[in-house]
Amino acid sequence: MQRGLDSETKKQLEEEEKKIISEEHWYLDLPELKEKESFIIEEQSFLLCEDLLYGRMSFRGFNPEVEKLMLQMNAKNQVEEVEEETVELDVSDEEMARRYETLVGTIGKKFAKKRDRANYEEDENGDIKPIKTRKMFLKPQD
Amino acid sequence: MAAAAAVVAESLAGYRARAARAVLEQVVLPGEELLLPEQEDGEGPGGTGERPLRLNAGARSRGRVVCGPGLRRCGDRLLVTKCGRLRHKEPGSGSGGGVYWVDSQQKRYVPVKGDHVIGIVTAKSGDIFKVDVGGSEPASLSYLAFEGATKRNRPNVQVGDLIYGQFVVANKDMEPEMVCIDSCGRACGMGVIGQDGLLFKVTLGLIRRLLAPDCEILQEVGKLYPLEIVFGMNGRIWVKAKTIQQTLILANILEACEHMTADQRKQIFSRLAES
Repeated sequence: MQRGLDSETKKQLEEEEKKIISEEHWYLDLPELKEKESFIIEEQSFLLCEDLLYGRMSFRGFNPEVEKLMLQMNAKNQVEEVEEETVELDVSDEEMARRYETLVGTIGKKFAKKRDRANYEEDENGDIKPIKTRKMFLKPQD
Repeated sequence: MAAAAAVVAESLAGYRARAARAVLEQVVLPGEELLLPEQEDGEGPGGTGERPLRLNAGARSRGRVVCGPGLRRCGDRLLVTKCGRLRHKEPGSGSGGGVYWVDSQQKRYVPVKGDHVIGIVTAKSGDIFKVDVGGSEPASLSYLAFEGATKRNRPNVQVGDLIYGQFVVANKDMEPEMVCIDSCGRACGMGVIGQDGLLFKVTLGLIRRLLAPDCEILQEVGKLYPLEIVFGMNGRIWVKAKTIQQTLILANILEACEHMTADQRKQIFSRLAES
């Protein structure tokens, strides 16, 4: 049976092991070299050098798709301002506002109780608008 | 030409590197070293190798200089590897010290990443097509690299078809790979080129000249009759017009443009326009 080693001898043994391990590690015995930042980048492509046009071309309407592509790709090259940025609206803003106005009424009607549904009347245009008048107690006039 | 050669021979005999700025638009030969603008002062009078103290830090923050085709980096200098004219482009927006390159002439194409090329399908093996692009190896093109292609919906590509695509992998250690879609997945005009038409080969320099933004040749050609042209950076051009005769005329013009002067070209175009 092996008796446990003393704590001191244990520590010594550990230190010796560490020493051996660290001595085994290799390291370069050189002075510190500063990495030179290179200012020159090598590129083998002609795209950076010359602004070349797009490779597919069509003239006088021979291939309409290619002509459209030509405009697109060459405009991208020259970074021109794209005039057709504004998307053509299918529905104008005013119509949209009107629809939303009546939409409130329609949805409101859905959640209104049976008695309140009578409050919603149809306008001249067929839009449903809620009437703001509420039934209050009317004092009988003598 | 003799004067230029004499100058070059003189400088090579003296074995001094020249300033890049002094040699712009002149003929350079392989083996020459070029100094970038910021290094000129250090090599100035006396050439003792001592750099004068600079009080302004502007010199160091010149940004990166790009050396393009025909040039290599050699320490802090540029080494010329192809013969041709040295060109320079100023940086468009801020960063960078501009681009230097050599405008050389050659017929052999070396695949470069990002180039749009015309290839001919030579074989179909499993999931990929082998496409001949004029380089040392046929490029591989996956069948999924077309717009709207899925595993069930395969593209209709046969052996012998013409493909217009771009390289995604192209270096000297690997087989080149090309695709027919861009990074967003759209075709952008790439893919199989249609029926009929004529494919012919020209030098690489002519292609770059024709694709320059202010090319007169193309403007004049476009006025002749309705036609379609596809340019591949590997020296291949595909043309198509309504009749075979018109197609052949077009092919002959483009091939001959290499060696014609502007006047001769104008004569030919005016004769064609009459007929």
